[in-house]
Amino acid sequence: MRTAILTDLHANREALEAVLEHAQDQRIDRHALLGDFVGYGADPGWVVDRVRRLLAEGGVAVQGNHDLATVRGPSPDMRPEPAQVIGWTRQQLDAAQLDFLATLPLQHEADGVLFVHANAWAPADWGYILGRFDAVRSLHATRAWLTCCGHVHEPRLYHLSNVGRAGDFVPTPGVPVPLLAQRQWLVIPGAVGQPRDGDPAAGYAVLDDADGTVTWWRVPYDHETAARKIRDAGLPLALAERLAHGV
Amino acid sequence: MPGEPFRPQPGQLIDGFIVGDELHRGGMATIWSVRHEDTAADAMPLVMKLPRIKGGDDPAAIVGFEVEQMILPSLQGPHVPRFVARGDYTRTPYLVMERIDGESLRPRLDAAPLPLAEVVDIGAHVASALHELHRQGLVHLDVKPSNVMFRADGTAVLVDFGLSRHDKLPDLLEEEFRLPMGTAPYMSPEQVQQVRKDPRSDLFALGVMLYHFTTGQRPFGQPETVRGLRRRLYEDPVPPRRLRPDCPPWLQEVILQCLEVRPERRPQSGAQLALALHNPDQVVLTERAARMAGSSRWQRLRRRLRGLRDESQPPPQPGAVSQLMKSPIVLAAIDVDHAAPGLLEQLREAVRRIVLTEPGARLACVSVMRTGRIAMDDRVDEQGQSRHVKQLVALKHWARPLLKSLELDEGRLTFHVLEAPDPALAIVEFAERTRVDHIVMGARGASALRRHFGSVSSQVVATASCTVTVVRE
Repeated sequence: MRTAILTDLHANREALEAVLEHAQDQRIDRHALLGDFVGYGADPGWVVDRVRRLLAEGGVAVQGNHDLATVRGPSPDMRPEPAQVIGWTRQQLDAAQLDFLATLPLQHEADGVLFVHANAWAPADWGYILGRFDAVRSLHATRAWLTCCGHVHEPRLYHLSNVGRAGDFVPTPGVPVPLLAQRQWLVIPGAVGQPRDGDPAAGYAVLDDADGTVTWWRVPYDHETAARKIRDAGLPLALAERLAHGV
Repeated sequence: MPGEPFRPQPGQLIDGFIVGDELHRGGMATIWSVRHEDTAADAMPLVMKLPRIKGGDDPAAIVGFEVEQMILPSLQGPHVPRFVARGDYTRTPYLVMERIDGESLRPRLDAAPLPLAEVVDIGAHVASALHELHRQGLVHLDVKPSNVMFRADGTAVLVDFGLSRHDKLPDLLEEEFRLPMGTAPYMSPEQVQQVRKDPRSDLFALGVMLYHFTTGQRPFGQPETVRGLRRRLYEDPVPPRRLRPDCPPWLQEVILQCLEVRPERRPQSGAQLALALHNPDQVVLTERAARMAGSSRWQRLRRRLRGLRDESQPPPQPGAVSQLMKSPIVLAAIDVDHAAPGLLEQLREAVRRIVLTEPGARLACVSVMRTGRIAMDDRVDEQGQSRHVKQLVALKHWARPLLKSLELDEGRLTFHVLEAPDPALAIVEFAERTRVDHIVMGARGASALRRHFGSVSSQVVATASCTVTVVRE
């Protein structure tokens, strides 16, 4: 089975469309969506509906911190800009869409593969995996052979051998990496809707469990339109500008 | 993890592969002849490699096997055994690959010193094979006679990728061990210092092989401690000519160049090394060629205090492919007899710009001396000789301004007059053999010659597998 792993869509319709089209050419059987479907971008309703359809077609999805924050609405302890974005996003969604976000599970595990938004040690606390130390903490917290998570918006691969040595690796797009069964792996596909590694192209990954490989991909998309919509919606300008630079 | 190494019985079926005879038993793995149950008896012959794991106390064997399982499927071409299947550690770990018949180079060590022509031939074939693997992003890191085999047509094949590193795959060994990894006699100084990214490490190992085949001795012995390994950082090997007086100075030059401590003083790519081995008369002889003694006690002490045979630490390398991209071979095909003076000048300018951008580039100036398709008699041959020399002189004359403006040291420039009936074919064949990265040549104007012979450049553009720049007047 070939699974397209998408995370951090962030209401970016143009990026999601480009990625889904690219994934179609990769003979994908299903989609795994690792959360943060909304927040930052200008198309939350469209993106949530598209995610629901992917689920209906056999996909899996978990909840991200932005999804939860949107369900709960802005709170007084938030900084003004995030509060503004969350408030705006919430207004764009109808009850069914909000209910969908509210009822997403925090994690999904099957056949030795764990899908979770932030980490395996405390999914609801949204701690980031910023290096080997965090990656090992997460890999120790699960029996899964493979963990796929998002939350940090840069593509990365971590691995942990059975004698406890960990390594990390920046994947090259388009080159399949065999994930051998004798060690644990942690895959971060990169962000669909708001890449932050200096490359504005949308990131995702394809897991092929027949030959045990993961292939990272970068898909260029019309970020100028996505940015224009953010400006037109009156959302903070920085959210529009960063898309052009992938930061 | 199984407590005892897994040993199959002949006839046993593993994932559809029928196990045959045991072909080889090494320290880390055993090799068995196998056949897939669904294939005809005349299908590609296969072997199965099984790790010898001792009670889980040998992480080097386990990780090394993992590395090979990861890397082998990504490699292509005639210089590696073709990958067929792998089985994982949760069940039976194995690798199935194409069987390469014949012996490795290991038995030739016992026959060393070898005839010099054989040493040069081995060197050129292995250097070309390494170049192709480096081009794919691989640094082998365990080049030694037992890991080199040959196909029936003479193509060198590298085997055993258990210590290798691939630019585009995770390096599972980097974090695993605190000790230098490799085979002691062949390990490059940077490998001793735990640098695993430099393709020129493999050229050092090949230099050790060539030294051994030439002299019958190992240049740095067979140290068994890290301290012993580190001696190669400040001790020069005894020059080959001291041990084998009939070793020509040019071959000593090439071998000692491969054994330089600093990678930037070695040949910069396998293709550049093969080019030198194929063209002994073009090897620029330096102090290395004349050397008759290893380093003196004084030199050793001084270097030891400084830490290296040379001044500084090797700079970190970004990987195999980028090292190769920094060391291209540029071919300038010059029709010295017929090209118009203006075109010759423009060609010089085009070549200058291309070579200028890469300080590691080598320039091969080629001119084709058109010969008849029928063998020549002695009288014509004599004329041919003088034509050959005349072309060579003209070619060097063409390159002179280039040499001066680029301040190219001579070692980076070679001249070749090819004798052939078909210039385009000769240029393309030379480019393939020499693994040229970029051909620069002129286009004939609308001349009578072009009408008569057709366009050489368009033929080269159509058939060469590298980049071709055609310069017009």
